[in-house]
Amino acid sequence: MSRYQLDARRLLCPLPVIRTQERVEQLGEGDMLDVICTDPGARHDIPAWCRVNGHEVTGIEERGDELVITVRVGAQT
Amino acid sequence: MPEPRKAVALISGGLDSLLAAKVMLEQGIHVEGINFFTGFCVEGHTHAIRKKDRARPKRNNALWVAEQLGIKLHIVDVIEEYKDIVINPRHGYGANLNPCLDCKVFMVRKARQWIEEHGFDFIVTGEVIGQRPKSQRADTLPVVAHESGAGDLLLRPLCAKNLPPSRPEREGWVDRDRLFDFQGRTRKPQMALARKFGFTDYAQPAGGCCFLTDAQYSVKLADLWKARGERRYELDDIMLLKVGRHLRPRDNFKLIVGREDGENRFLHGYRKQFAHMFPVSHKGPLVLIDGKVSDDDLELAARLTARFSQGRDAERVDVEVRLPDGRNRVLHVQPMAGEDVPKDWYL
Repeated sequence: MSRYQLDARRLLCPLPVIRTQERVEQLGEGDMLDVICTDPGARHDIPAWCRVNGHEVTGIEERGDELVITVRVGAQT
Repeated sequence: MPEPRKAVALISGGLDSLLAAKVMLEQGIHVEGINFFTGFCVEGHTHAIRKKDRARPKRNNALWVAEQLGIKLHIVDVIEEYKDIVINPRHGYGANLNPCLDCKVFMVRKARQWIEEHGFDFIVTGEVIGQRPKSQRADTLPVVAHESGAGDLLLRPLCAKNLPPSRPEREGWVDRDRLFDFQGRTRKPQMALARKFGFTDYAQPAGGCCFLTDAQYSVKLADLWKARGERRYELDDIMLLKVGRHLRPRDNFKLIVGREDGENRFLHGYRKQFAHMFPVSHKGPLVLIDGKVSDDDLELAARLTARFSQGRDAERVDVEVRLPDGRNRVLHVQPMAGEDVPKDWYL
């Protein structure tokens, strides 16, 4: 298991979701990805994308105007 | 038991594609959704930018549909490839700068490529004959199937009974008798089917989910092309067309005026790319200046900036100007009176 970071700041939804999707496709099951966003819409969209695609959001942290959404990568089919 | 046949469904987030995918799931087909992000999607952006919209429940409708259906959703970035569709639509535009028929051909073609790459059997869309004036007519549905290369691997479950049987029907992958014969602009059959499936809270975007169907947005895009002397755009351009009040006082420049804090904050992200100004003696907007400007232009822009500030009735407003080369200065200007701003400056 490894931990990675994705800078999705200044991107507006659904681009943070698309960039998360592209990054997750390169990772393995159990890997963790911290997605840093500024679009508040990502708070809903990234967890929704994770739910439908079998990944898990393990935490959402606010850092000033930034959000850090942590994704645990699920099994990829 | 044999593996179920696999279909990819184009999911816009609206009712028709929700129902089309659901009809396939009911027939035991393995369905995954695909959604294309062109840059013009209404989804998301404006909700995220404007403060007043932040209080509204915010959701990505395509993801919401996928959740309702319990299917995977693949969101595909087609921003670059889509430019050619917007700039050179083979079949022309609809009422505004909406290239709906070319757009549908493009998306089905992308879906065809996707099923080839992922080992899926066919493509499903929520198209209904007569539903949309440009892209969903009896004479244009075959154009979509033919020009996309999808041919008879394209199944429209909501109006399939009005069309020749597709390959999934002929091969018995799906039961044609359990497909539908919807036709025309009425939404009643879709709403009845939604009730039957227990869907109550679905999105019904007027004119679709694309900014190109919006008359005011199209005016701004046409203005951008005219001012540049060529039909091209970057993602930042089309994002900025969604934000703020746009005024073109002179041919050589345009102003983008933040209307509230959320928009001002969004425009702040573009300060390094654009000359910009903001009032310092009064509360007011951040204004981006798109174009090459003279001192006289800056004076006019500052008077307009003052006009949209809380100092609009003051004798003088101080407006700080910051140019991309790093030079800053403060202009002391009289706010322009509302009646002195010609209506045709507003885009």
